[in-house]
Amino acid sequence: MKYALLLMGHIDDPACGKGGGASPDEFFAFDQEITAAGVVVSSFALEDPDQSVVVRSDDSGERVVSSGPFAEVQEFVGGGYIIDVADIDEAIAWARKSPGSALGGHVEIRPVAPY
Amino acid sequence: MTSAAHRAVGELDRDARSRLIATLARRFGDLDLAEDMLQEAIAQALRTWPDTGVPSSPEAWLTTTAKRKALDVVRRESVLAQKLARLRLESERDVPPAGFADPADHALDSAVPDERLGLVFACTHPVLKPEDRVAVTLRFVAGLTTAEVAHALLLPVTTAAQRIVRAKKRIRSLGVSFEPPRARDLDERKSGVLRVLYLLYSEGFARSAGPQHIRDDLTAEAIRLTRIVRRLMPCAETTGLLSLLLLTESRRPARVDADGRPVPLAHQDRTQWDHDLAAEGMRLAEAAAAAPDAASYTIQAAIAAVHAEATAPESTDWAQIAVLYRMLEAHEGSPVVRVGRAVAVGRAFGPAHGLRLLDALTDTPALARYRPYHVARAITLAELGDDEAAADAYRKALALPGNDAEDDFLAATLARTD
Repeated sequence: MKYALLLMGHIDDPACGKGGGASPDEFFAFDQEITAAGVVVSSFALEDPDQSVVVRSDDSGERVVSSGPFAEVQEFVGGGYIIDVADIDEAIAWARKSPGSALGGHVEIRPVAPY
Repeated sequence: MTSAAHRAVGELDRDARSRLIATLARRFGDLDLAEDMLQEAIAQALRTWPDTGVPSSPEAWLTTTAKRKALDVVRRESVLAQKLARLRLESERDVPPAGFADPADHALDSAVPDERLGLVFACTHPVLKPEDRVAVTLRFVAGLTTAEVAHALLLPVTTAAQRIVRAKKRIRSLGVSFEPPRARDLDERKSGVLRVLYLLYSEGFARSAGPQHIRDDLTAEAIRLTRIVRRLMPCAETTGLLSLLLLTESRRPARVDADGRPVPLAHQDRTQWDHDLAAEGMRLAEAAAAAPDAASYTIQAAIAAVHAEATAPESTDWAQIAVLYRMLEAHEGSPVVRVGRAVAVGRAFGPAHGLRLLDALTDTPALARYRPYHVARAITLAELGDDEAAADAYRKALALPGNDAEDDFLAATLARTD
């Protein structure tokens, strides 16, 4: 079964490792381990949320482009994996190992919908 | 022949049904599908068996038929590719003739002490909301109807139904496995599993509805699963829970009279108690109490052990039981524990003390619907000579859901009090 592991950061600590979170080295080590295990379908890491661009509609329905980040959202996706494993327990085991679930962040696990 | 087929289907008790559900759920990872296909297989049996005769193992026949029907459904479904990958369909291509065991089962069975243990662990998985875990376990492991689950948990039926539906949906969409967890996960799964086994036993100990007071199949199942869980996870609390269940079960032969009515602890013929079970329970209680991680179940086992030690009701050390209840209240301040403590205090220090503690709980919503609370008040009021208030409390108890044998007993007591 496929699961998305969404590595969530907090807006107060966007730079990994500088505010007590996991260091880039830890993320690289985890990436090597999970890739070597052969469960990764795809993965990505994102630039900090202050580099984001937001496209949405205004009241008249017109698409509006603006720059982020937006303070009403405190949490952001810092990166993610799509993994293919037997069940939720295996997905949880990988999320536990991920530096993304260390102090200062969390990993959200979502099953990939079979559409 | 028709009646033989109906009889064979009728003889499938909840135990057999829950084993079949467990087998199917493990295979297909879907409780709804497992239930639906079992129903269809039973319908098929009622059509087929009058002509062919009842097979030597109706359970095996139903398992094979239900599996085949489930495969048909899965093949038709739009998410075919994903499910087929999970099912490793290759092994299913040569479906054995009806009545024969599925060889695929043997490979699965050998790894686990009991098929239903996988179902227990799926229904108590931490990805489910705690309140949903118990409901879905009682529904599928114990095989209760949704209405019975509601009674067992002191919930409105709609709430129980919502919990069961929500849990089933999460089990399916999150891909919760029906295999027992790996050793490293056992620890964090423990308390949820123990809680559910405790509730399973409680439902068999005093039925929440129906004609009988006791369901021996549920209590036996709870004890059997607890023994297995204790082998997998030996620690103070699993030992404590097993001890509690065994000590409670040792009173089983004296708990119901010849007419099936409940006999209160004080009136039980203690020579009828099962002294072997009690001795095993006492040994386990001592072992659990000596461990550093002893908690709620171990304290409850200690309370049961104090009862078991008394050869007559008068020699029961109620003061010690009251102390143990106070310790228990520190671990889990549930309303039911407070009722137990009030009763013990009443026995140890006089009914007036007991009544004061019981009356302090009048405004607790969960207890308004909890029959033993009103019975405890009735008994205490009667002891204090207030027959009118006692009768009133008995009437409140009778108005609440419960089994028929208990209704009879309460009605008879009320008639004597009035």
